[in-house]
Parts: sequence; structure tokens; C-alpha cells
Amino acid sequence: MEDKIIEVINLKKHFSAHKAVDDISFSIPKGKIFGLLGPNGAGKSTLLRMITGINYPDEGQVLFDGKAFDTRIHHQRLGYMPEERGLYKKMKTGEQIIYLAQLKGLNKQEAVDATQYWFDRLGMHSWWDKKVEDLSKGMSQKLQFVSTVVHNPDLLILDEPFSGLDPVNASILKDEIFRLAEEEGKTIIFSTHRMEQVEEICDTIVLINLGKKILGGEVDAIKQNFKKHLFEISFDKTLQDLPANIFIIEKKENSLIYKLEENQNPNNILKFWIDKDYTILNYQEILPSLNEIFIELVQGTDSVARAFV
Amino acid sequence: MKTLIIIKREYLTRVKKKSFILLTLLIPILMIGLMGGSAYLTTNTISSKSIAIYNEKSTIEEVFTSTKNIDYTLLDVRPSTDEIHSLIKDGTYDAYLYIPDFNIHKETQLELLTHGEIGIEFEQRIFHAINDKVIALKMEEAGISSAKLSEIEKKTIKINAINTEGKSSNSEISLIIGYISGIVLYFFMLFYGMNVMSSVAEEKTNRIAEIIVSSVRPFQLMLGKIIGVALVGLTQFLIWAILLIGISIVLGISGLAGQADISQELLSSGQEMPINQEMIENIAQIISQVNWLHITLWFIFYFLGGYFLYAALFAAVGSLVNENAQEGQQYTIPITIPIILGFLIMTSTMQDPNNNIAVFGSIFPMTSPIVMMARIPYGVPTWQLLLSASLLIIGFIATTWLAAKIYRTGILMYGKKINFKELGRWIWKS
Repeated sequence: MEDKIIEVINLKKHFSAHKAVDDISFSIPKGKIFGLLGPNGAGKSTLLRMITGINYPDEGQVLFDGKAFDTRIHHQRLGYMPEERGLYKKMKTGEQIIYLAQLKGLNKQEAVDATQYWFDRLGMHSWWDKKVEDLSKGMSQKLQFVSTVVHNPDLLILDEPFSGLDPVNASILKDEIFRLAEEEGKTIIFSTHRMEQVEEICDTIVLINLGKKILGGEVDAIKQNFKKHLFEISFDKTLQDLPANIFIIEKKENSLIYKLEENQNPNNILKFWIDKDYTILNYQEILPSLNEIFIELVQGTDSVARAFV
Repeated sequence: MKTLIIIKREYLTRVKKKSFILLTLLIPILMIGLMGGSAYLTTNTISSKSIAIYNEKSTIEEVFTSTKNIDYTLLDVRPSTDEIHSLIKDGTYDAYLYIPDFNIHKETQLELLTHGEIGIEFEQRIFHAINDKVIALKMEEAGISSAKLSEIEKKTIKINAINTEGKSSNSEISLIIGYISGIVLYFFMLFYGMNVMSSVAEEKTNRIAEIIVSSVRPFQLMLGKIIGVALVGLTQFLIWAILLIGISIVLGISGLAGQADISQELLSSGQEMPINQEMIENIAQIISQVNWLHITLWFIFYFLGGYFLYAALFAAVGSLVNENAQEGQQYTIPITIPIILGFLIMTSTMQDPNNNIAVFGSIFPMTSPIVMMARIPYGVPTWQLLLSASLLIIGFIATTWLAAKIYRTGILMYGKKINFKELGRWIWKS
């Protein structure tokens, strides 16, 4: 069994009558990029605040490396970037990162060195003496990211890290996240309502809606579970022959999308066209997107999901 | 350890601000300016008036020697009513006083003719000038010369109040010291309390709070801020104390006995001062009688105690603020009322520093810092001091505990108006 860095066990958190987190359990393997998904208001941020030790759960517990969360040990090991970004506006950028690093337990020299390392790495050195209020939005997002990673945490918790970022900075950030996970073995919790971002980044996910977990596991396995046996095929010439035992979804001049029954062998269908001397240019199974899976899951239940952006 | 880092930041960012240095230097200048200004205004704003006088009997002529502010003109001939009316209307004279030949032993009403209001100040001056002369005349009649009279009038008794502990006390100086300490505490508790509040609200609204509390416990953040700001206050006191000592050495009004010579030297070195040597010595003596160390130590204690008590509450209020800082105002009312109450009770100590309300107010922790400081210069029974001090310590621990509960939830709660019922839940739930 692989190592778990975080285990969330039957976590509950109520605000007045509202159940923000309602009996959620999952675990996060070490060194993986983990996606926490759900629409706005699903309870993601509340859940993250309990994992970071900011809020206490009403019931259940969070284990960090198998131990109950202890601020003195675990604060230093995690870096948290909340959805609502915040920095001291009047403070100089360099000074500010050093301060935040010290609060995470680094001594002055370590904090200075780490700050310089990250400023060099992301090409931010010229900002050192600028005040945060003088930075552009993209710059301050980058700074926010540095403030999250400067103390070299084992677990990074990023709540909507790409919101408000331009494509260039978003891709820089994405590369850094991959690098931290793959080269430095960091675990990353990536929370978002943008499902399409998760598919390319995350290894495992948990999908929550209205405070409840509705799905969890490895992205590939989930897609396999929810696949509709849809196939897309395209040919070198106009399509004139169709096998009898397929369900046509969409037909174009020389391409086709079709659905098979679960027990049908896709190879038999391919053989039909090969025998008819068609050349297959492209053939693939269409797996559902996480967004489609989510919508399918919440449809027909009482819970009405808020529209995804 | 982390709290220390927070204290350091809170302290340095405030002390390094230009506004801190500016305010620290400006406040004493403003206060001195205000005091000097109001003194100047009361003595020098009276414009000069000219008064015409016709005296039937010449015995009290010599009273009316013109001064800077009143110019007396003794008329040789009694003017007619029309004549004097027009003279006053056209502004030649501001007023006209007719002194008939009157019996100094009988009540007499003199008429002062003016155009519009002449002001109570002039009326009083004229009244006193004539009355003094009338008394002198009566004395002469009784066979007492004016030299004898001034000898009689000289105040040869001085009161030196000594309390049961054998210390001599001086009411005026106690009143002034007590009053100033009380006012300073009042402003400091409000000013620095508000400072803590707005700083907490700022951290909440610009969302840095959530990042900080993923590194330290909310209590550490709150405490760090409160202590940091307290140190800023102490720094300000220190600067003022140094300034005050510096200035008093220069002016020679120092309480240190050895400095008396300097003051004399300064006095004799030319500049004419409206204070004589004896007065300076008196003041110096009185000031040296005051137990400065005692007062200073208690002042620092009550400043810190009162400040911690209220700063914690202000921090809690700051944590309730949503998007705009104005929202905090409604929550500050329950906090500012006891401070203002303390201030009101303090003013009652001016009449009697040991009245029941003052004694209660100086023991009750919400008002004790201000009220007790006003009482301390008069001397306070030890048991009252100890009771007051321990209640204040208990008080600020209690408010800090209470505030921490509110603060912890408040700084992360957005977009929701919080009522007192909800607050109660936060306090008792965890």
C-alpha cells in the first residue's frame, strides 16, 4: 500500500443550519497531485481549512502522516494558498516573503536564502523592494505562489491557483507544480471548480457537491468507470457502409461517432470496415470528461448543482 | 517564538512610519500650543476700549489710570445726554461712566452707558477698580493707612497638607498630574485600541489573515499584534519622557534639587520672566515632593493593563468587520462606553478624590486605569491599589480569552452580518 500523507476521516463541519462538509472521507497519496473538485459553494474551502488546521472539524479527524494534526509540527510542513489571495499591501515583496517564511519556522538566514532562491527561479528579483500594492495582478499572484512554497513544504494546498492568471504565468505555475511533484516528491492538493484543468494535472481526485463526496479515485479509473463505449473513427474515403450492430451518434462524410453495447468487441466492428477496404486514419474511444461525469452524477438527485463556469 | 516575529513586525512597521515620528513630535507641540494658545487668547484677545468718565467728586480719580486695554478719559465738564450719546455712537468712546457724589457707606448704583454690549470683562474691571478704591477710603476713615492695609492683606499662611503616612501632599499639583495622566490614558486606550481594531480589520479584508493562520495560531497573531502596538505606545511615552526631561532641564523647572541653581542662573541671565525666583523654587520644591517613580510605575502598569483589556476587545471587534471598516463602528459602542464612563468618573475626582463613585471606578477594571491614575497622585490606600491592580489583571485575561474566541472565528468569516447571539455561540461553543 502506498504512503498516505493526508487521511480525512468522516469529517463534518456545520455552520448554523448549513452543513458545509458532511461526512467526507478520503486519503491523499504522497508525492501525487490530488484534485479536490466541486462547484462553487460545494464545501471545498471549508474542507481545505480543516486540512490546514485553520478550522476545527465538528466531527471526524484529519491525519497528517498518520498523526492527528498538530499545529506545531504540521504548520511548517504545509503551504496553503487560499482562494482569496492576500498579502500585506504596504510591505515590500522581499521583506514580506521573508516574514511569512519565518512564521513558518525558518530562521532569518534560511528565510532570506529561500526567498532569494525563489525570486531568482521565477525571475522576480527586480521586485524585491517594490510594495505589493505596486505589483500587477499577475505579479502578485506569482508572489503569492512563492509565499506558499518558500518554506519548502511537503504538502502544497492550492485553492484555485490559476484564477486570474494570464496564460503565460499560468503555464509557468503549472510547470512549477509538476516539477515540485515529480522532481521533489511534494504532494499537491489542487482545489478547483474548473474540471478541465484537473484532467491534465491530477492523478487522483475527489469530487464533492453540497458538502458530500460523490466520487473519488484515480482520474483514469474514474473515466473508465463512466465510459459510455463511444468510439470515434475517420476514414480515407466517403463512408458508405455501416455495420448493423452499432448505434450511430453522429455521422459525417468520412467520420463517425458510434456507441457499442458493453459486451460488444470493438475489434469486430473495425474488422467490418477493414474487410470493406476502408483505411482507418483515426480511431479512438471517447472517454467522458469529468465535467460530464459530474453532471451525470448530480442529475436526477435532489441536490441541484450550481452551474459550472 | 513565532509570536515574537509577529510582535517585531507589528512594532517595526508602525515605528518606521513617518506618521509615527511626526505624531510623536507633533502631539506635545500641539498640546503645549493648545495650552499656551488658550492662555494667550484669554489674556490678549480683549481689544482696547476707551471709556469716558465724569466724576462729580475727585476723591476716586486716581483709580482710573489707563492700562493697555482700557483707556480712561476723565472729562472736565459733565456732558449732556445727547452729547455723550452721539460721542459713544460715533465711536469716540466705547462707554461712559458717570460717578455721582455718592456716600461710600451706602449701596450705590453707577450707570455705565455703552453702545451695544461692552462685555463682562470690562464691567468687572471697572467695578473692581471703583470698589477697591471705596474699600480703601473706608479703611482710611477707620484709621488704617494703605501701607497698613497691604500689610494686612498679605497672605502669611500657607497650607501644607500632610497625610497620615507623613507625606505632604499638594492638591493642585496632584490634580494636574492626575488629570493629565487620566486624559493621556483615555486617549491612548482609545487611540491604540482603535489602531489594533483597524489593523485586524485590514488583515481580514485583504485576506492575509487566512495565510497567517495557516502558519501560526490565531491567538498568536492577535497577541503579537496587541503586544507590538503596546510597545509602540511605550516607545512614544519614552520619547516624550526624554523630551520632557530635556525641556525641563533647559527651562530649569526640574524636580531634581541640584537643578535649582541652573534655573536661577537662567533667570538672572537677562531675560525678564514674569515669574520670580521664589515661585520657581516653590514649584521645584512641589515637583520634587511628588513621588515620580511611584506615579510613573503605576502609570505604566495602568496603561498596559487598560490597554490590554481594551485592545483585546477592539481586536475582536476588528475581526467582525466585513468588507468595510465603517461596519466596525456599531460594535465599538459597547467598548467605548465604559472608557468614556471612566473619563467622566475621573472628572469627579477633581472635587473629591475619595468619593464613592471614584473609589468604585478606580477598582472596577473597565474604568480603573483612567480613574485610578487620577487618584494616585493624591495617595490611595494600599489595599485599594492592590485590589484594583489584581482585578485589572484578571480583567484583561478575561477579555483576552473572550476576544480570542471571537477573533478566531471572526477573521475567517466573510460576507455575513454577525449578531450578538451568533457571537455568544462562538464564545461558548468551543
